[in-house]
Amino acid sequence: MSKKLKSSEVIITRGIQLSGFSSILFVLMILFFLLYEGIPALFTVPLDDLFSSRWYPIEEYYGIIPLLLGSLVVTLGASMVAVPFGILTAVYISEIAPAWLKEILKPLVELLAGFPSVVLGFLGILVVSPFLRDVLHLPTGLTALTGSLLLGGIAIPTIVSISEDALNNVPETYRQGSLALGLTRWQTIWGVTVPAARSGILTAIMLGLGRTIGETMTVMMVTGNAPILPNSLKVLFMPIRTMTATIASEMGEVATGSPHYHVLFFIAMVLFLFTLAVNIIASKISFSRMKRSERILS
Amino acid sequence: MSRYQEKSVHRQLLFEKAGFSILTVLTILTVLPIIAVVIYVIVLGSSAISWDFIFEMPMDGMRAGGIWPAIVGTFYLTLGTAIFSVPLGVAAAIYLSEYAADNQVTRTIRLAIINLAGIPSVVYGLFGLGLFVIFLNFGTSILSASLTLSIMTLPVIISTTEEALSAVPQSFRVVSVSLGATKWQTIRRMVLPQALPGILTGIVLGLERAAGETAPILFTGAAFFLPRLPNSPLDATMALPYHLFVISTQVPGMPIQIQYGTVMVLLFFVLIMNLIVTVIRSRARARRQW
Amino acid sequence: MDKIVVENLSLKYSDGTESLFNINMNIKANLITALIGPAGGGKSTFLRMMNRLNDLADVKEVTGKVLIDGENVLDPDIDVIALRRKVGIVFSRPLPLPLTIYQNLTYGLELAGEKRRSVLDEAVERSLKLAELWDEVSDRLKDPASALSGGQKQRLCLARSLVLEPEIILLDEPTSALDPVATAKIENSLVELKKQYTILIAPHNTQQAGRIADDVAFFLQGKLIEFGPTEIIYTRPTDQRTQDYITGKFG
Repeated sequence: MSKKLKSSEVIITRGIQLSGFSSILFVLMILFFLLYEGIPALFTVPLDDLFSSRWYPIEEYYGIIPLLLGSLVVTLGASMVAVPFGILTAVYISEIAPAWLKEILKPLVELLAGFPSVVLGFLGILVVSPFLRDVLHLPTGLTALTGSLLLGGIAIPTIVSISEDALNNVPETYRQGSLALGLTRWQTIWGVTVPAARSGILTAIMLGLGRTIGETMTVMMVTGNAPILPNSLKVLFMPIRTMTATIASEMGEVATGSPHYHVLFFIAMVLFLFTLAVNIIASKISFSRMKRSERILS
Repeated sequence: MSRYQEKSVHRQLLFEKAGFSILTVLTILTVLPIIAVVIYVIVLGSSAISWDFIFEMPMDGMRAGGIWPAIVGTFYLTLGTAIFSVPLGVAAAIYLSEYAADNQVTRTIRLAIINLAGIPSVVYGLFGLGLFVIFLNFGTSILSASLTLSIMTLPVIISTTEEALSAVPQSFRVVSVSLGATKWQTIRRMVLPQALPGILTGIVLGLERAAGETAPILFTGAAFFLPRLPNSPLDATMALPYHLFVISTQVPGMPIQIQYGTVMVLLFFVLIMNLIVTVIRSRARARRQW
Repeated sequence: MDKIVVENLSLKYSDGTESLFNINMNIKANLITALIGPAGGGKSTFLRMMNRLNDLADVKEVTGKVLIDGENVLDPDIDVIALRRKVGIVFSRPLPLPLTIYQNLTYGLELAGEKRRSVLDEAVERSLKLAELWDEVSDRLKDPASALSGGQKQRLCLARSLVLEPEIILLDEPTSALDPVATAKIENSLVELKKQYTILIAPHNTQQAGRIADDVAFFLQGKLIEFGPTEIIYTRPTDQRTQDYITGKFG
């Protein structure tokens, strides 16, 4: 008997290993291209201008602060909607709903996740924004608020499904222990189950917000695209412009290699680094949870 | 039980009842808009749908005629995305589930996948523009757009496939190896077939997302108006989501019926994909022997 | 004649659990050799060394030799696939693959490239008869194996290892999940099978070893305490610990 591995098996194994590493390669390539095209912005546009409050590229004003704040406002607005609705829906689905209802609710939430963002944008233009305009007596319905509401809808499926997973992973014995002590199901949910799942829920919120800040088409269609510097709460009822929408609406018209081109890549770089940070924090939360549960088991 | 305790228990149960009711209402508020959107679009869109609307070229600056090139374009883009992302994504998932040791390298791969999943779609668009359109000189084409969408879809396929693979009981692998199977034979003949429903689900959900995306194809392959079908992978193409964006925001005087018709086709596509997923899941659950 | 010769075999797992300490043993062909001892004593690990199934586990270090027909199977350069075909194994839980009865049996043969229908059919019938299952399933070979009862599943697993015409069969507490009737059927098959095969079993309990084994090896905490013919080990063991275990003082 001697060792003989078929050459086809060796090739397949090698291919699988290479594929496994491909994700690292892609992340590095994306980072490289963003840096390669984005960093020159720092040399062609004076830093003071880049971090000023005026975005008006036709006259070479490249202040990205209004765009940054625009993204921030819309993301915060969306989180006001998505976090409570998402988490409470997850609690309902995981802890309260009977089995048959779960079988209906889960595919529905998944369906929402499948809605193309242009469809939400379209409905925003045709339904949500006229409604808000009429109800709130605004000059235009294309506002940060409209964007926030719709982006909330985009973040909800992510928050619901990850939170629900986290709640499902809480061992049944925790609940039984709590009920055996005479607590009601309601007390068990808020006193035992949700706290036990909190790191998973936190991850869900982070990832949901990560999706929100990166969402492009919906905000571009419904926020009115005015690069105004937000300075008070009233901004919610005014048009606004996010980083993503700026890239999407202007990249098609810039000359390759122009300052405007590099600044748009610079904005993409900022977005990338921002979502990178969000995701690393989110995964740190879930990794630390894993370590803690391992400690409990050992 | 003392009267005091009885009263307190009674109050707690009332409290619980109220709490459950509030959660029920909130959940209804979350899911009702989803159902409402579907019904709304179907009611308003169905009158716009006709044989001609689907199979004809757009005419008169897209204000008349059909959306056939956009449907075909989205089909090509989805197909192209599948060609690149499915083999790569499934292979990467096999690596993570069956080969990778628990070490720093593997953790780095996982972190990379999480990050790919979080990158904004418009950033993918810029990356595709930089790498595929300009650097590799594929131009604004189906090829460039499909490659861009593939990288965006990869994390979805990898993570769902890996989950499906790890759900296959370890004992099947041990038995297979004990019967003289090599590692790859075990994966191909035992693990993959058992994980297939889960893998298919992940692929469909990933492709559904890719097909509905607009931002990544804006600068890599989407054509504003192109009243003919693409001839080669190096042609630009119309695509349904981008077409909807164009007709709802970029073209003045666009008849509302055409817009509703387009949304309806797009939504129909999403519903079909979700239906496929549901069918695969329930069939797999019925057939599963473990 | 010695089929398996174990020389100075030691093993450590990465997490430092169940290990083997310097085992020396000569296992004879065409006998049933039973490995007895309390759980965690290294019996499963020892069995899985015979066909290198421990390659799948997190093993830190192995020293010593396991010679089967004079060849050291621990040598990293041997053909493990051929080894596993030569040394079959049945596990403690019935583990049918999620396939039909027929496919379960032909799985190993098809892996080796056997495609001829007549050969497969014949192998299926022969092995099912050896495992005394043929009469019960011959008319429903296309049914999923999961539809069988626990005892039938385990006999299917036995048949599945026999299909490959091994020379050695390892059984790791094969009847621990079965009722007495199903257990008796498996035991009968084994006594019949030893005419053609060398059988190594970690029995469900000491009584089972007494019923079917020719030789008995007593493992305690990774060490081989005593090894010899069953009647000697069971009636006049030399080591007090063996005596205590067999008489039920611990275990």
